[in-house]
Amino acid sequence: MKNKYIINTIKFKGKDVPVISWQLNFSDIFGAVKVRLGIKRDHYRINPGLYALGTPDKASHVFVSANYKLSFDSLRSKLKGINAWILVLDTKGVNVWCAAGKGTFGTDELNLRIKESDLAGLVAHRRLIVPQLGATGVAGHLVKKHSGFSVTFGPVRSSDIPDFLKNGLKATPIMRRVQFPLQDRVVLVPMELVTGFKYLLLIIIFFFMLGGLSSTGYSFTTAIQRGILSSILLLSAYFSGAVLGPILLPWLPGRSFSIKGLFAGFIVVPVLFLGFLRSFSLLEIISWSLIIPLLSSFLTMNFTGASTYTSLSGVKKEMCLYVPIQIIGVIGGFVLWMIDRFIR
Amino acid sequence: MRNLKYLKNIATLKLDPGKCTGCTICTLVCPHAVFEMKNKKAVIKDLDACMECGACTLNCQYEAISVDSGVGCAAAVISGMLGRTDAKCCCVQEIKKRC
Repeated sequence: MKNKYIINTIKFKGKDVPVISWQLNFSDIFGAVKVRLGIKRDHYRINPGLYALGTPDKASHVFVSANYKLSFDSLRSKLKGINAWILVLDTKGVNVWCAAGKGTFGTDELNLRIKESDLAGLVAHRRLIVPQLGATGVAGHLVKKHSGFSVTFGPVRSSDIPDFLKNGLKATPIMRRVQFPLQDRVVLVPMELVTGFKYLLLIIIFFFMLGGLSSTGYSFTTAIQRGILSSILLLSAYFSGAVLGPILLPWLPGRSFSIKGLFAGFIVVPVLFLGFLRSFSLLEIISWSLIIPLLSSFLTMNFTGASTYTSLSGVKKEMCLYVPIQIIGVIGGFVLWMIDRFIR
Repeated sequence: MRNLKYLKNIATLKLDPGKCTGCTICTLVCPHAVFEMKNKKAVIKDLDACMECGACTLNCQYEAISVDSGVGCAAAVISGMLGRTDAKCCCVQEIKKRC
């Protein structure tokens, strides 16, 4: 049941080589939706080793992939109609690019899998097609030195592989570039929402509990009223930082993600005050005007890790500059909100 | 779709033209077209596009390129500063230099 994508096995030197097809079935697609929502994302892996896609022979290409099933499924489905070998590295269930950054999609692991699968006995040629983003972990010249196989870096996106093959294993400049178009950002949004949700829930409960405090004692009615208002505002801050920030990324001002997130927060602030202006004191307005944009700034800053173009030096620079402001602003806003509870 | 650019003048990427043999591998592995070939040598065309992934350095067998490579991930920086090593984020890293 678990390995529905394996349709057959063939024998090579006494070992079973799983045969897979280009077709993604319902469980592959359902599994992809689940991991995009963060459900069992850390366990969406396949066994590392050699796979036969279709009916490859000793002249067929060898593609190298990661044992994150989403990466593996993307590769095999885009190779539609092409018979090939797929050599899956043990990246602990992490995608090619992240694993390459970590070193698990790396030279040593690749050399090990080449040896273990006896690839040299299986194919007549000595060439591996490694995804370009694997180059962060795989040193082509060192693979050649240790295994005899030369590495050809394929395109960034698996959907370009058929054209890459037709071009005689040449990728065009555009195939070599990582971009970050809307659809790529949108699929990451659910994960952004899931990641911080438990913290948001804790903060909301916190605001509910403190909402009933006043100089005259504790009121549960006020707690509920204030709590509902606070949670709507906190949810908007969450929405702006985790949804608007990533989606509007190219159009938000600034280069730092913190600044982009701040502006995403500004978008939702006026929308909310239109409805709540009447029941809010000036102090409360000031307090939420600090909390919403700065919380949003922090959340969008955390999207740097999911983005495709931020450098470590840059992230460190923006964090040193903006994290203190985010912390002081949010805590300051909270203190003002508490003071407002008692001077009413 | 315009290309998204991160912070200016911050990338630690350096190329030593004396060691470059013009093999072109850096132009092939770079995901942001940072390099181009000029007079049979690689040159840095767009430093601000560099995300310090380290693919060029790792694949330059002549050691002509250097970069303090790492993953530009705020969550990993936070984990690193808190001294966590078991974070779920795919890119835990040691933070050598603080603010």
